[in-house]
Amino acid sequence: MATIVRDIETERTQARRRRRRGRIGLYTAAITAAVMGAFPFIWASLTAFKQNKDLYVKSNNPFLFNLAPTLDHFKFLFNDTNFLTFVRNTMVVGLAVVAITLLISLPAAYSLARLARKWGERLGIGIFLVYLIPPTLLFIPMQRVIVFLDLQESLWSLILVYPTITIPISVWLLMGFFKGIPRDIEEQAQVDGYSRIGAVMRTVMPLMFPGVVAVIVFAFTLSSHEFIYALAFNKASAFKTIAVGVPTELVRGDVFFWQSLMGAAIVVAVPIAVVFNLFLDRFVTGFTMGAVKG
Amino acid sequence: MAVVEVRGITKHFGAVHAVNGLNLRSEEGEFLVLLGPSGCGKTTLLRMIAGLEEPTAGEVLIGGDVVNGLPPRVRKIAMVFQSYALYPHMTVFKNIAFPLKAEGLDPEERREKVEWAARLLDIERLLDRKPRNLSGGERQRVALARALVREPSVFLLDEPLSNLDAKLRAAARDDLLEFQRRVDITAIYVTHDQVEAMGMGDRIAVMNKGEIRQFGTPGEVYDDPADTFVATFIGSPPMNLLEHQDFLFGFRPEHFLPREIAPPEGGTPLTYHVSRIEFLGSERYLYGHVYGVSEKTKVIAMLPSTVTLPVAQEEDHEFVVVKGKMRFFDKETGLRTSPRPL
Repeated sequence: MATIVRDIETERTQARRRRRRGRIGLYTAAITAAVMGAFPFIWASLTAFKQNKDLYVKSNNPFLFNLAPTLDHFKFLFNDTNFLTFVRNTMVVGLAVVAITLLISLPAAYSLARLARKWGERLGIGIFLVYLIPPTLLFIPMQRVIVFLDLQESLWSLILVYPTITIPISVWLLMGFFKGIPRDIEEQAQVDGYSRIGAVMRTVMPLMFPGVVAVIVFAFTLSSHEFIYALAFNKASAFKTIAVGVPTELVRGDVFFWQSLMGAAIVVAVPIAVVFNLFLDRFVTGFTMGAVKG
Repeated sequence: MAVVEVRGITKHFGAVHAVNGLNLRSEEGEFLVLLGPSGCGKTTLLRMIAGLEEPTAGEVLIGGDVVNGLPPRVRKIAMVFQSYALYPHMTVFKNIAFPLKAEGLDPEERREKVEWAARLLDIERLLDRKPRNLSGGERQRVALARALVREPSVFLLDEPLSNLDAKLRAAARDDLLEFQRRVDITAIYVTHDQVEAMGMGDRIAVMNKGEIRQFGTPGEVYDDPADTFVATFIGSPPMNLLEHQDFLFGFRPEHFLPREIAPPEGGTPLTYHVSRIEFLGSERYLYGHVYGVSEKTKVIAMLPSTVTLPVAQEEDHEFVVVKGKMRFFDKETGLRTSPRPL
């Protein structure tokens, strides 16, 4: 008896130690990942407020304010560059692309998931494959299309072309969501007195909210960070988005306006990061659902 | 209240013939059960009556009118799905009010009717809850209330009890029947569970492979099965079927008794070899075979535990098939035939 009890005690101590080691490992990994993720933000935030004399002296510690922080570079950014135009353009393009993407991919995904019995799955995969053709290959033919339509030097070129990237993946994503919603529910609504469309609008669409959020976030971030098309189609400052405007206008020749560049990055990134965090759970379910059930 | 009728109704999904030219007519206010194994076409038939599937051929009539081509919403039917299909984003109140909203009733009338239906099913205290916070039995009641609230002419129920655990199921069966009797609306009930069918149905349509094998009262389908499929699908354990010459004969396990306890009018004697005895509390199952006719076929006898058993395992004994309880079937078609001498 005594030996058994002693064995249990040692086992218990060992189990406790194992558990503790596991936790330490987990937290170390999590903290490292968090620091790595946050590093660009921290670096950019520090740099954006530094005076030139502070930034360009090699012996200064880059992680500290060696001289008093300044808002000069933000003033420059907002008053003497086209930054606000870029922000406005990005918003306009982003919202338009989100709207077009939802308008087309919701009905498309519904039809593929529910109506096209056998072909839906294959077509869905086919549509998804389109997404894998990179814009670096497509921007030259797309340029020809844009010139043909006489849309160069306008935001319409981007509003027209970005959905070619966002719609395929959104259709695929939303198909997964539609399949996750039991058919019974919309059939019940049809029996309860609505037409098919009425039933879908009233019972399926409210349940699609997480999927719609995922598509909004995806389409908006894509259209705000896309570079090649935006660079190829529009040359005038008035039609540049942030992704193109900041690197082309805040770097003049070999002169980098580092603080303003960093400032521009955080002014845009922080609100997006906040929104992302608000919807993080739904966003994650969105992509995993699409992945598992799509 | 209305009579539901299907005439020559057929549904093909590509090469799969789910329902094959089938005729059926309900009585007014009847509780009609569609019974069959999974894949027999019973749910497809129900969905065609509801208007969720369009038949490949044939007609659906509700209250004497052909409703082919009409969408579900105008058929004045209510359907309860196996999953109950409650709208997860709505409260119980809104779930029940949903069909009324579709009809365009104003909020005051809606509230009155929802409260009436909730009272009838005793779920008034649940009205503010969301479906995910309800138990299985409560969900069923909400689904019934929603089906009831717009006073349909027909209830269609697709295995509404199969998601409940065994204990709840018996009580729910009782509730459901009592409820149907009270509202007196024709109900068509789909199930694969013969106990449910026997216990609930005014009449049972036994289906297999897209066809109705027999349509009759529970007594009729049990005592006088139209073919070997019905004979073996209904009853637990099923009817014993033995091959003899060019025909089959069958008898229910409870009609196969030791000679000593058989009723005095006698019957057909058979020598039975008992290989195993199973004690199940209220009754005993005897497994074995009879001598002389298809000896390889397992024959089951069922005896109430209240009688003393004159036979033990691995013994032979004289048994009797109670007079008038022997049924005869054609060997090729499996259909009922007139009695044949053994």
